[in-house]
Amino acid sequence: MNGHRPVNSAPAPGALVVERPGALALVEDLGRPGLAHLGVATSGALDRGALALANRLVGNPDGAAGLELVAGGFLARFRGTHWFAIAGAWGEVRLDGRRIAPYTAARAADGAVLEIGLAERGIRFVLAVRGGLDEPAVLGARAYDTLARFGPPPVEAGRVLPIGAEPEASVPVLDREAAYPPPAGAVTLALLPGPRADWLGEGATTTLYEAEWRMSASADRVGARLEGPELARRPGELPSEATVAGSMQLPPSGRPTILLADRPVTGGYPVVAIVAPESLDLLAQVRPGQAVRFRHG
Amino acid sequence: MSRRILPSGRAALLVECDDLDDVLALHDALDASAPDGLVELVPAARTVLVAVDPRRLPLESAASWIRRASSSSTDASDRMDAAASAEPVVVRVRYDGEDLAAVAAELGLVVDDLVARHTAARWRVAFIGFAPGFAYLVGGSPTDWPFEVRRLAAPRTRVPAGAVGLAGGFSGAYPRESPGGWRLIGRTDAPLWDASAQPPALLAPGTRVRFAAVGP
Repeated sequence: MNGHRPVNSAPAPGALVVERPGALALVEDLGRPGLAHLGVATSGALDRGALALANRLVGNPDGAAGLELVAGGFLARFRGTHWFAIAGAWGEVRLDGRRIAPYTAARAADGAVLEIGLAERGIRFVLAVRGGLDEPAVLGARAYDTLARFGPPPVEAGRVLPIGAEPEASVPVLDREAAYPPPAGAVTLALLPGPRADWLGEGATTTLYEAEWRMSASADRVGARLEGPELARRPGELPSEATVAGSMQLPPSGRPTILLADRPVTGGYPVVAIVAPESLDLLAQVRPGQAVRFRHG
Repeated sequence: MSRRILPSGRAALLVECDDLDDVLALHDALDASAPDGLVELVPAARTVLVAVDPRRLPLESAASWIRRASSSSTDASDRMDAAASAEPVVVRVRYDGEDLAAVAAELGLVVDDLVARHTAARWRVAFIGFAPGFAYLVGGSPTDWPFEVRRLAAPRTRVPAGAVGLAGGFSGAYPRESPGGWRLIGRTDAPLWDASAQPPALLAPGTRVRFAAVGP
């Protein structure tokens, strides 16, 4: 929990006042590892690399809390003068109507309006503000877990998000832009064998790697279901066991689902494969309907 | 004993055990010898997940550690061995659950005997299931709590926080309001889950528990 600040000595604390949150706006940092034995998932930004990048662009530590914005359509006003950066998804970003290049730090004057258009590439924008979002931490993290429903609550219109004290590091001067937009076409993800790879039936491993899959509309922070051929599977059930982020579980329907940051800590469907950690950020940016392929990681 | 170490990505191993007793023994052995770089140790019904920071504890080293701990841990004849020195957490229960009479009848007991067995048993937390802080408790030995209780055919859509229940060979208590299929025998005011507390869960894997009856 945050301590109380003196009310009369400090200048008015900075804030981001959200006027339009878009489809889903969540405060996320890098989550709360180490609590799975108590039933608590790590949670945190789905595109962890994008959060770290946006934070570095404004001189923050990698894990400072920012906003994860699904699909864009976001509008907010700065209270105080603040540096900010946006990474992850790619779309039109305007500050007081002027276009801002993606993946760069920009300075907003007091009262400036930040508008993020619809995502054109990828699906999740990450907005970092120098100083980080100073929301109350829950279990050591400023991260909303959509399944367990704790952490800073989802952001609605009118929410005032306090901005923390400036970090010691200055805003880095970059001689070139670190701009790699999420891919627009088929996305290839590295896949590792899962603990229950032997539950895959005849030919299923070949199908898994050779088929073109499509991201379904059932894709959120808990898990992402893929559309494609039905994968043959050994019948039966498994006692629930703990999973890691990226676990591809295969229910009796033969339709794989990849478990993500807010997954239940244990699950009873066999985990036949695991999306490699280096591909999880890419997976976080796959849009519903976008093609997905797997390669051996 | 035939534990298997299964792959679970670049930063974890899943150890498959013979049965729940074997899980408890392995969990205790690993917990007692945890090296630097261990991030998570997550027991479940038949497995223990060992998650590491591979920069500090490479998977190969983690596998060696698990094998070493495996050879030193024997299948415990008494589930309380490792936790024997710790005082149990006492959970006070008002035994007035909706399913109390039906469960007693199914087990061939009168209600008072069911309550007596539930309060006499030495429980320990085997693992946390389906919700933050929802502890699956097992009796200290097969004679301590020998009962198997059927779940509801159709889960309740709303079970209140603090509801104490039975399912299979387990007892447990709902930390927060949720849907649930456990048979309810009572309720407790114990602070099972408090996200602002450290630790947030009253009952963690390995914790010893006693239930105590409180008046209506």
